[in-house]
Parts: sequence; C-alpha cells; structure tokens
Amino acid sequence: MLAFNFFGATEGGLFDINATLPLMAIQVVALTYILNSLFFKPVGNVVEKREKFVSNNIMDAKNKLSEVEKLEADLLSQLQSARSEAQKIVSEAESESDKLYKEALELANNEANASKEKARLEIENQTSSARDQLFKQADDLSELIVNKLILEK
Amino acid sequence: MPTNFAALEVGQHLYWQIGNIRLHGQVFLTSWILLGALLVFISLGTKKMENDPKGLQNLLEFLWDYIRDLARTQIGEKVYRDWMPFIGTLFLFVFVSNWGGALIPWRLIKLPSGELGAPTADINTTIALALLVSLSYFYAGLSNKGWRYFEYYVHPTPIMLPFKILEDFTKPLSLSFRLFGNILADELVVGVLVFLVPLVLPIPVMFLGLFTSAIQALIFATLAAYYIGEAVEEHH
Repeated sequence: MLAFNFFGATEGGLFDINATLPLMAIQVVALTYILNSLFFKPVGNVVEKREKFVSNNIMDAKNKLSEVEKLEADLLSQLQSARSEAQKIVSEAESESDKLYKEALELANNEANASKEKARLEIENQTSSARDQLFKQADDLSELIVNKLILEK
Repeated sequence: MPTNFAALEVGQHLYWQIGNIRLHGQVFLTSWILLGALLVFISLGTKKMENDPKGLQNLLEFLWDYIRDLARTQIGEKVYRDWMPFIGTLFLFVFVSNWGGALIPWRLIKLPSGELGAPTADINTTIALALLVSLSYFYAGLSNKGWRYFEYYVHPTPIMLPFKILEDFTKPLSLSFRLFGNILADELVVGVLVFLVPLVLPIPVMFLGLFTSAIQALIFATLAAYYIGEAVEEHH
C-alpha cells in the first residue's frame, strides 16, 4: 500500500531534522579533505604539468619557426645580393669586351687608313717623278730634234 | 500485487540511537556505500598517474577539468583554486548520491524501518550541504576582503541592504529545498509508477530521473560556486 506519512507521526516524517544534519556536514567536510588529497591535488598536478609541457613545447616550436623564418629571409637576401653582383660582373665584362673590340676596330681602321694614305702618296710621288722624267725626256728629245734640224741645215 | 516490492515509505527512517542523539541510519548507510565506491574508483584511477593518461585516469582528468572550468567561470581566476576542492566535492557528493539513489536497487535490501535511497532525498543532508555553502561564502568573503566584505550588502545602493540580508537566508533555503524536493519527487514518481504499472512505463521516468539527478548536482555546485564568487568579487 501507499503509505504516506508526512508530518503526522510523532517520530519520523519528511522534515525530521536531527543530529543527522551536523554529522552529515562533518562528513562532507571530511570528504572534501580526503578528495582534495586523493583526487584534486594529484590529478591537478598531472594535468597542470602536462598543460605546462604542452604550452612550453608550443612556445619552443613558435620560437624555432620564427628563427627559421629569419634565416630564410637572410638567405633570400644573400641570394639576391649574390645575383645582383653576378649581373653587375657580367655587364661589366660585356662593356669591357665591347670597349676592347671598339678599340681594336679603331686601331685597325687607323692603320688601314694610314697605309692607304702612304700608298697614295707613293703613287703620287712616282706619278710626278715619272711625269718629270717624261717631261725631261721630251725636252731632251725636242732639243735633239732641234739640234738635228739645225745641223742639217 | 506484491506490496512489499512497490510499497512507498515516505518519512520513515531507520533510527540509530547514540546516547541522546538520534540519527537517520539509512542516510549514513547509503552515503557510506556510495562514498566508499567513489573513493575506490578515485584511488584506482589515481594509483598510477602517467603523463600519457590511460583508461580511468582519462575519465578522472576529464572530471577534474570539468570541475575546474565550473569553479573558474563562477569564482574567477584569482581564488578559484582555493575553492575548487569544495565545489568539486559538493558536485561529486550530490551527483554520486543522486545517481546512486536512482540506479542501485536498494529495495532489495530490507531494513527494519525506512528504506535505503539517495542520501540527498533526506532534508538533513541537503540542509547540511546548503549550510556549508553559506559558511563557505561568508568565509570566502571575509578572508578575501576583510570587513570590506560587508560593502557587498550596500552595493550598489544601501536600499539593497534588507534584500541582501534576506538573501543570506533564502540562499541556503532554496539550495536545500531544491535538491531535496527534486530528488524526493523523482523517487516518489518512480515509486508510484512502479506501484501502478510495474512494467516498462517507469523506465522513461527513470531516465528522466537520472537526467534530473545530474542536473541537480550541476546546479548545486554551480550555485555554490556562484555564491562564493559573488562574495569574493571586487566592486568598483
């Protein structure tokens, strides 16, 4: 049978407050201390140690990553400077060879011009001397002819 | 109908008489069994703590984390560490009591008077817990802020004073009666349903009871933490 006995009984009832209350309170306080030393402290130590370990590792990794990035940037700038230097050297060499070529060309041109001029002068000389000789011979010849004509007469 | 199986006994206790004082024996019996099981469970889980948690240690660490989050969000970063064991003990005690009362077929154990059940279905237990919470938040406030704790009563205006004083009485009252009423009502509903329809029908109600039990444990611990947090909070 349903036996509801709320307040009526001289003893018992739902709201029967007695020494159970303080004893239960003491029991809960004792349980707090027991659980603290048995559960909260050891588990907390392990969990917090691990959390520290993980965060330390993450920090380490971050530091390493930034270092790597720095090194990478360093290398990149070095590479760039080496590249530009190489380009400079190449262009310098190119201009140098260009200059040398031009110089050689000019020298050769000059030489050719000089020898051409020399040849021309020589030709001119010879021409004029030949002409002089021709004139002289013509003079001689005419004198001879004149003399012969005069003698015959 | 087997009346001995489905009978409801409300307000009957197994009395222990020690000298002049009288105790509700069934409350202590069940609490000892449940707390013993809890302690065995915890000692098994913390026996070999490793950095790489395995098995039971995982579960206990999850529980620890859960309690820490609860304490930290309610009490605040500064002093939650001091109160975490108390909040956690309240949570575990209420949770184990509620679930133990709902899950274990106590009726199979016959007592000369009264019956075994959730320790939290006894008003003495819940009042004890609620008074501990009251003492805790007073202690927390006074130890953290000294006499400045009483500024809380006139914050933000002195008009609040009577209400804040009233609150000191309503807090333990509501805490204890909420827990007591929920757990007792759950036991009664299940008992009545088992009495009326001993098959299948009580099962969903039993699941609802498990849900309520867990929620009540959470509510009790959260409110306790909230009251402590309120007491240590700095007003500006």
